[in-house]
Amino acid sequence: MYRRSFKDTKSSLGSPNPNFSKPMVALRFLRALSLVRCSGPGARSPSYRARGIRRAAYACMAASAGPRRAWSRALLRKIRRRPGRGLRRPRAVIRRRRPVGGGDPLEVALRRLVPGGGCMEYCRLLEEAADYVKCLAMQVRLMQTIVDSASHVNSID
Amino acid sequence: MSGRGRRITDEEINELISKLQSMLPESRRRNAGRVSASKLLKETCSYIKSLHREVDGLSDRLAGLMDTMDSNSPQAEIVRGLLRS
Repeated sequence: MYRRSFKDTKSSLGSPNPNFSKPMVALRFLRALSLVRCSGPGARSPSYRARGIRRAAYACMAASAGPRRAWSRALLRKIRRRPGRGLRRPRAVIRRRRPVGGGDPLEVALRRLVPGGGCMEYCRLLEEAADYVKCLAMQVRLMQTIVDSASHVNSID
Repeated sequence: MSGRGRRITDEEINELISKLQSMLPESRRRNAGRVSASKLLKETCSYIKSLHREVDGLSDRLAGLMDTMDSNSPQAEIVRGLLRS
Protein backbone atom coordinates (compact mmCIF):
# COMPACT_ATOMS: atom_id res chain seq x y z
CA MET A 1 0.00 0.00 0.00
CA TYR A 2 1.30 3.40 -0.87
CA ARG A 3 2.34 5.33 2.18
CA ARG A 4 2.70 9.06 1.88
CA SER A 5 6.08 10.30 2.96
CA PHE A 6 6.50 13.64 4.59
CA LYS A 7 8.02 15.12 1.46
CA ASP A 8 4.90 14.25 -0.51
CA THR A 9 2.87 15.86 2.22
CA LYS A 10 4.88 19.02 1.93
CA SER A 11 4.47 19.24 -1.81
CA SER A 12 0.77 18.49 -1.68
CA LEU A 13 0.24 21.30 0.80
CA GLY A 14 1.83 23.81 -1.51
CA SER A 15 0.71 22.64 -4.93
CA PRO A 16 -2.58 24.14 -6.07
CA ASN A 17 -5.43 21.92 -7.07
CA PRO A 18 -6.43 22.99 -10.60
CA ASN A 19 -10.10 22.64 -9.67
CA PHE A 20 -9.78 25.04 -6.82
CA SER A 21 -9.20 28.33 -8.58
CA LYS A 22 -11.55 31.12 -7.61
CA PRO A 23 -13.46 31.36 -10.93
CA MET A 24 -14.08 27.60 -10.93
CA VAL A 25 -15.42 27.60 -7.40
CA ALA A 26 -17.49 30.69 -8.20
CA LEU A 27 -19.11 29.11 -11.25
CA ARG A 28 -19.84 25.92 -9.37
CA PHE A 29 -21.41 27.87 -6.53
CA LEU A 30 -23.46 30.09 -8.85
CA ARG A 31 -24.82 27.04 -10.62
CA ALA A 32 -25.80 25.55 -7.28
CA LEU A 33 -27.41 28.86 -6.27
CA SER A 34 -29.55 28.91 -9.39
CA LEU A 35 -30.74 25.39 -8.56
CA VAL A 36 -31.74 26.45 -5.07
CA ARG A 37 -33.77 29.28 -6.51
CA CYS A 38 -35.64 27.17 -9.02
CA SER A 39 -36.53 24.41 -6.66
CA GLY A 40 -39.34 26.20 -4.90
CA PRO A 41 -40.26 29.66 -6.11
CA GLY A 42 -42.37 31.43 -3.54
CA ALA A 43 -43.32 28.23 -1.74
CA ARG A 44 -40.27 28.00 0.51
CA SER A 45 -39.42 30.13 3.48
CA PRO A 46 -36.21 32.20 3.45
CA SER A 47 -34.77 30.09 6.24
CA TYR A 48 -35.27 26.95 4.15
CA ARG A 49 -33.51 28.64 1.25
CA ALA A 50 -30.73 29.79 3.57
CA ARG A 51 -30.19 26.21 4.71
CA GLY A 52 -30.05 25.08 1.08
CA ILE A 53 -27.54 27.80 0.25
CA ARG A 54 -25.42 26.86 3.23
CA ARG A 55 -25.42 23.22 2.20
CA ALA A 56 -24.54 24.22 -1.37
CA ALA A 57 -21.66 26.33 -0.08
CA TYR A 58 -20.09 23.45 1.83
CA ALA A 59 -20.77 21.00 -0.99
CA CYS A 60 -19.14 23.22 -3.61
CA MET A 61 -16.20 23.88 -1.36
CA ALA A 62 -15.67 20.17 -0.74
CA ALA A 63 -16.22 19.19 -4.38
CA SER A 64 -13.70 21.77 -5.56
CA ALA A 65 -11.11 20.64 -3.05
CA GLY A 66 -11.32 17.17 -4.51
CA PRO A 67 -11.23 13.70 -3.00
CA ARG A 68 -7.59 13.83 -1.94
CA ARG A 69 -8.48 15.59 1.28
CA ALA A 70 -10.04 13.73 4.19
CA TRP A 71 -12.11 16.76 5.24
CA SER A 72 -13.66 17.15 1.78
CA ARG A 73 -14.53 13.47 1.61
CA ALA A 74 -16.08 13.58 5.09
CA LEU A 75 -18.07 16.73 4.23
CA LEU A 76 -19.47 15.25 1.03
CA ARG A 77 -20.41 12.06 2.87
CA LYS A 78 -22.23 14.06 5.51
CA ILE A 79 -24.08 16.22 2.96
CA ARG A 80 -25.12 13.35 0.75
CA ARG A 81 -26.36 11.38 3.72
CA ARG A 82 -29.64 13.33 3.96
CA PRO A 83 -32.01 12.49 6.80
CA GLY A 84 -35.13 10.56 5.90
CA ARG A 85 -33.47 8.36 3.35
CA GLY A 86 -34.23 4.67 3.29
CA LEU A 87 -31.84 1.80 3.81
CA ARG A 88 -28.15 2.45 3.65
CA ARG A 89 -25.99 0.59 1.20
CA PRO A 90 -23.77 -1.96 2.88
CA ARG A 91 -20.24 -0.70 3.03
CA ALA A 92 -17.71 -2.83 1.22
CA VAL A 93 -14.75 -1.10 2.77
CA ILE A 94 -14.18 -1.24 6.49
CA ARG A 95 -13.07 2.21 7.52
CA ARG A 96 -11.06 2.78 10.62
CA ARG A 97 -13.54 4.02 13.14
CA ARG A 98 -11.52 4.05 16.33
CA PRO A 99 -11.73 7.54 17.77
CA VAL A 100 -8.38 8.75 18.95
CA GLY A 101 -8.26 9.03 22.73
CA GLY A 102 -8.37 12.68 23.65
CA GLY A 103 -5.87 13.95 26.14
CA ASP A 104 -5.74 17.60 25.24
CA PRO A 105 -9.18 19.27 25.23
CA LEU A 106 -8.00 21.69 22.55
CA GLU A 107 -7.04 18.83 20.28
CA VAL A 108 -10.45 17.24 20.91
CA ALA A 109 -12.15 20.53 20.02
CA LEU A 110 -10.18 20.81 16.79
CA ARG A 111 -11.04 17.23 15.86
CA ARG A 112 -14.69 18.08 16.26
CA LEU A 113 -14.45 21.20 14.10
CA VAL A 114 -12.55 19.72 11.18
CA PRO A 115 -14.75 17.30 9.19
CA GLY A 116 -13.49 13.76 9.44
CA GLY A 117 -11.05 14.75 12.12
CA GLY A 118 -12.00 12.16 14.67
CA CYS A 119 -9.83 9.28 13.57
CA MET A 120 -6.70 10.92 12.23
CA GLU A 121 -3.30 11.05 13.73
CA TYR A 122 -2.22 14.37 15.13
CA CYS A 123 0.11 15.22 12.27
CA ARG A 124 -2.56 14.61 9.68
CA LEU A 125 -5.06 16.61 11.72
CA LEU A 126 -2.85 19.70 11.59
CA GLU A 127 -2.39 19.31 7.86
CA GLU A 128 -6.11 18.86 7.22
CA ALA A 129 -6.97 21.77 9.51
CA ALA A 130 -4.66 24.11 7.57
CA ASP A 131 -6.21 23.13 4.25
CA TYR A 132 -9.74 23.33 5.64
CA VAL A 133 -9.12 26.84 7.01
CA LYS A 134 -7.70 27.98 3.70
CA CYS A 135 -10.68 26.68 1.71
CA LEU A 136 -13.23 27.97 4.23
CA ALA A 137 -11.71 31.46 4.11
CA MET A 138 -11.85 31.43 0.32
CA GLN A 139 -15.47 30.31 0.35
CA VAL A 140 -16.34 33.13 2.75
CA ARG A 141 -14.60 35.68 0.53
CA LEU A 142 -16.47 34.32 -2.48
CA MET A 143 -19.85 34.55 -0.78
CA GLN A 144 -19.07 38.05 0.45
CA THR A 145 -18.23 39.10 -3.10
CA ILE A 146 -21.51 37.67 -4.39
CA VAL A 147 -23.50 39.40 -1.65
CA ASP A 148 -21.74 42.70 -2.34
CA SER A 149 -22.39 42.45 -6.08
CA ALA A 150 -26.03 41.53 -5.55
CA SER A 151 -26.54 44.37 -3.07
CA HIS A 152 -24.93 46.77 -5.49
CA VAL A 153 -27.22 45.61 -8.28
CA ASN A 154 -30.27 46.01 -6.07
CA SER A 155 -29.29 49.48 -4.98
CA ILE A 156 -28.98 50.90 -8.48
CA ASP A 157 -32.50 49.82 -9.50
CA MET B 1 10.60 -1.63 9.93
CA SER B 2 7.38 -3.56 9.92
CA GLY B 3 5.21 -1.11 11.78
CA ARG B 4 2.29 0.85 10.47
CA GLY B 5 4.29 4.03 10.17
CA ARG B 6 7.46 5.70 11.11
CA ARG B 7 7.69 7.96 14.08
CA ILE B 8 6.84 11.58 13.43
CA THR B 9 9.78 13.79 14.29
CA ASP B 10 9.51 17.04 16.17
CA GLU B 11 10.78 18.89 13.16
CA GLU B 12 7.91 17.68 11.03
CA ILE B 13 5.38 18.68 13.65
CA ASN B 14 6.96 22.10 13.95
CA GLU B 15 6.76 22.59 10.24
CA LEU B 16 3.08 21.67 10.19
CA ILE B 17 2.43 23.98 13.12
CA SER B 18 4.07 26.92 11.38
CA LYS B 19 2.11 26.15 8.23
CA LEU B 20 -1.13 26.18 10.20
CA GLN B 21 -0.06 29.37 11.91
CA SER B 22 0.44 31.07 8.56
CA MET B 23 -3.21 30.37 7.70
CA LEU B 24 -4.54 32.29 10.66
CA PRO B 25 -5.24 35.97 10.08
CA GLU B 26 -3.81 37.31 13.34
CA SER B 27 -0.41 35.77 12.85
CA ARG B 28 -0.18 37.24 9.38
CA ARG B 29 -0.95 40.73 10.65
CA ARG B 30 1.30 40.71 13.66
CA ASN B 31 4.04 38.75 11.92
CA ALA B 32 4.63 37.10 15.25
CA GLY B 33 7.33 34.61 15.99
CA ARG B 34 6.60 31.10 17.13
CA VAL B 35 3.58 30.72 19.34
CA SER B 36 2.94 27.80 21.62
CA ALA B 37 1.07 24.83 20.20
CA SER B 38 -1.84 25.18 22.58
CA LYS B 39 -2.31 28.88 21.74
CA LEU B 40 -2.24 27.96 18.08
CA LEU B 41 -4.88 25.25 18.52
CA LYS B 42 -7.06 27.69 20.44
CA GLU B 43 -6.79 30.34 17.72
CA THR B 44 -7.48 27.79 15.02
CA CYS B 45 -10.61 26.56 16.79
CA SER B 46 -11.98 30.05 17.29
CA TYR B 47 -11.12 31.03 13.71
CA ILE B 48 -12.91 27.98 12.29
CA LYS B 49 -15.94 28.72 14.45
CA SER B 50 -16.02 32.33 13.29
CA LEU B 51 -15.77 31.22 9.66
CA HIS B 52 -18.69 28.84 10.16
CA ARG B 53 -20.71 31.71 11.63
CA GLU B 54 -19.84 33.90 8.64
CA VAL B 55 -20.98 31.22 6.21
CA ASP B 56 -24.28 31.00 8.08
CA GLY B 57 -24.74 34.76 8.07
CA LEU B 58 -23.85 35.12 4.40
CA SER B 59 -26.22 32.28 3.51
CA ASP B 60 -29.04 34.12 5.27
CA ARG B 61 -28.22 37.35 3.45
CA LEU B 62 -28.02 35.60 0.10
CA ALA B 63 -31.37 33.95 0.72
CA GLY B 64 -32.89 37.33 1.48
CA LEU B 65 -31.29 38.97 -1.56
CA MET B 66 -32.42 36.26 -3.94
CA ASP B 67 -35.94 37.05 -2.88
CA THR B 68 -35.79 40.53 -4.32
CA MET B 69 -33.76 39.78 -7.41
CA ASP B 70 -35.08 39.73 -10.89
CA SER B 71 -34.42 36.59 -12.88
CA ASN B 72 -32.45 37.85 -15.86
CA SER B 73 -29.86 40.60 -15.70
CA PRO B 74 -28.67 40.57 -12.06
CA GLN B 75 -27.09 37.18 -12.44
CA ALA B 76 -25.04 38.32 -15.39
CA GLU B 77 -24.05 41.37 -13.38
CA ILE B 78 -22.93 39.18 -10.51
CA VAL B 79 -20.84 37.01 -12.78
CA ARG B 80 -19.26 40.07 -14.30
CA GLY B 81 -18.55 41.48 -10.86
CA LEU B 82 -16.95 38.23 -9.78
CA LEU B 83 -14.70 38.00 -12.78
CA ARG B 84 -13.61 41.58 -12.30
CA SER B 85 -12.46 41.06 -8.71
